[in-house]
Amino acid sequence: MLRYIARRVLQMIGVMFALSLLIFAWLRALPGGPVDALLGERATPERRAALRKVLGLDQPLPVQYLKFLDNAAHGNFGVSSAVQPGTDAMQVFLTRLPATMELTGVAIVLALATGIPLGYLAAKRHGGIFDNLGVLLSLVGVAVPVFFLAFVLKQYFAVDWQLLPLNGRQNPDLNATRVTGFFILDGILTREFDASWDAFLHLILPGVALATIPFAVVFRITRASVLDVLDEDFVRTAEAKGLTRQVIRRRHVLRNALLPVVTTIGLQVGGLLTGAVLTETVFSIAGLGDAMNLAFQQKDFSVLQVLIVMAATTYVVVNLLVDIAYAYIDPRVRTR
Amino acid sequence: MAAMNLNRKKQRVDELAATTGARVEGNVDAGGIKDAEGVSLLASAWRRLRRNPAFLIGAVVVVLFVLVALFAPVLTGHDPSTRYLIGEVSQQNNPVPKARPGFPLGGDPVGRDLYARLVFGARNTLLVAVLATLTGFVGGLILGSLAGAFGGWVDSVVMRVVDIMLSLPSLLLAFSIAALFGRASQWSVILAVGIAQIPIFARLLRGAMMAQRHSDHVLAARSLGVKPGSIVLRHMLPNSLSPVLVQATMVVATSIIDAAALSYIGAGNADDTQPEWGQMLGQAQNLIDSYPHLAVYPAICIIVVALGFTLMGESLREALDPKSRR
Repeated sequence: MLRYIARRVLQMIGVMFALSLLIFAWLRALPGGPVDALLGERATPERRAALRKVLGLDQPLPVQYLKFLDNAAHGNFGVSSAVQPGTDAMQVFLTRLPATMELTGVAIVLALATGIPLGYLAAKRHGGIFDNLGVLLSLVGVAVPVFFLAFVLKQYFAVDWQLLPLNGRQNPDLNATRVTGFFILDGILTREFDASWDAFLHLILPGVALATIPFAVVFRITRASVLDVLDEDFVRTAEAKGLTRQVIRRRHVLRNALLPVVTTIGLQVGGLLTGAVLTETVFSIAGLGDAMNLAFQQKDFSVLQVLIVMAATTYVVVNLLVDIAYAYIDPRVRTR
Repeated sequence: MAAMNLNRKKQRVDELAATTGARVEGNVDAGGIKDAEGVSLLASAWRRLRRNPAFLIGAVVVVLFVLVALFAPVLTGHDPSTRYLIGEVSQQNNPVPKARPGFPLGGDPVGRDLYARLVFGARNTLLVAVLATLTGFVGGLILGSLAGAFGGWVDSVVMRVVDIMLSLPSLLLAFSIAALFGRASQWSVILAVGIAQIPIFARLLRGAMMAQRHSDHVLAARSLGVKPGSIVLRHMLPNSLSPVLVQATMVVATSIIDAAALSYIGAGNADDTQPEWGQMLGQAQNLIDSYPHLAVYPAICIIVVALGFTLMGESLREALDPKSRR
């Protein structure tokens, strides 16, 4: 097991290293480059040269790359030019992180809490109306553009029926105390439970919109893998041994069927991050997705850089953890 | 005597199958079709597909929209970029012209015929999606067959590159590629969406080819002295294509949705003389509260077409999956 973990960690370091090269090359290849981004296209040659010197752009590429690595390792990605002008880009990332974590957390919980039981039920009633309906629903869920769904939910539930809050993360009139930046947690810590509740209500619509794709994926993977497992010899053996349905379901079917689901969750993290770009914009949530959208439209490359580096890192680390969890659950994986 | 024994054996196997495989009988895709001996994978897949309502619905939708795209000028007498109704657009009281004879869906905020834009939108949307898929397909084909055919260090190098591309979420990768183009155009969208799909195609193809490297037919070809290049191209590649083709069908759907997402964040095609549904949806954002129909029509088109391709891809996958050939 230790050897397996060591091998995967080494692989991850290799991937991260190559990724840093890629991001470095990407930054150099951006149209106009950092000088144009900071000074605009009409700056005088003298000012350009001065800035190039300040930014270290006059040095040889390998030196620039090492500097970039050094800065990246210290979380130093420069100063935001448009998203939150003058603020350190890493700071922008950190202040916006909790909003996105809350949102994606709600989405993941929603997707798992609905996808696994429904997928299991669909497999149990394979070929029936419920099964076909579920499959159709999951296909539609993938086909609807996330931001359009977000608009529709907002229009009906917030504007027309006024059941849920329109946008933002919390009602500003509540004047809630901030501690961690996680609004629900803050409310619990400060015993302002109404603030927690309000933050939760704000998360429902964007959470549902964001959860559709992971729900569809979890539903279908669960369904397919339960179907596979139900067919296995060991299930028949368990039936032959006279075990009760309940025991077979819990110990034999579900446990084995959930393995592929575990891997899928890791792969969904990336999708959630990009989904957040679209949902956060619709619901005006000041999270990472919103920052990425702004940074992209206003060419704030420092912020864009932080977001891409952090997204890739999160994705790689989460998938490493998933692989390790997987190897822990299923010993066969380790030897591959 | 021997024949009777065989028959009895068959019957017993059938009985056993009936008790343990009740689920198989109810399988919609299997449809109770028994594969005759000697029927090729493709032929039996086609027999299953013909009776699968999901495939038929998907195929009808896709064919319908392809026809709309091909015959766009026949379906509408109007040009999608001419501002016929511009005289009626006024900022204060009427930013969007209403429906009238000749303009069944009314106009858009600059007086163009909304119906004509939707019809011509089919053309550009499908073009972008198909070309993006083709980009991913060809890129993945090259990388995947390099890795799968040669194995060894070529495989390691290529697959590490693919892993790195995979380590970025595909839409984020598409955003990053789109950022490299100074001014977004139809081509930048195609490349951004397409390149982001390369790693998935590459992985799939490599997996399928790896599985064959030590299979009997490749060994046979090798011992007959067939050249390595010919083995890869004529023996391994054709046998590896079915999972990739299935993936391609579904990638057309995701490409349409991804292109729409690019438009939404402002990285889509900026030139709107050649309309595209994603672009129309993105542009309708500001007016969505008062004129939701501007967003709803293109959104419905996107959803229906994406669903059509997905249904087709899903049923193809099930039909070609040897596991479901019971």
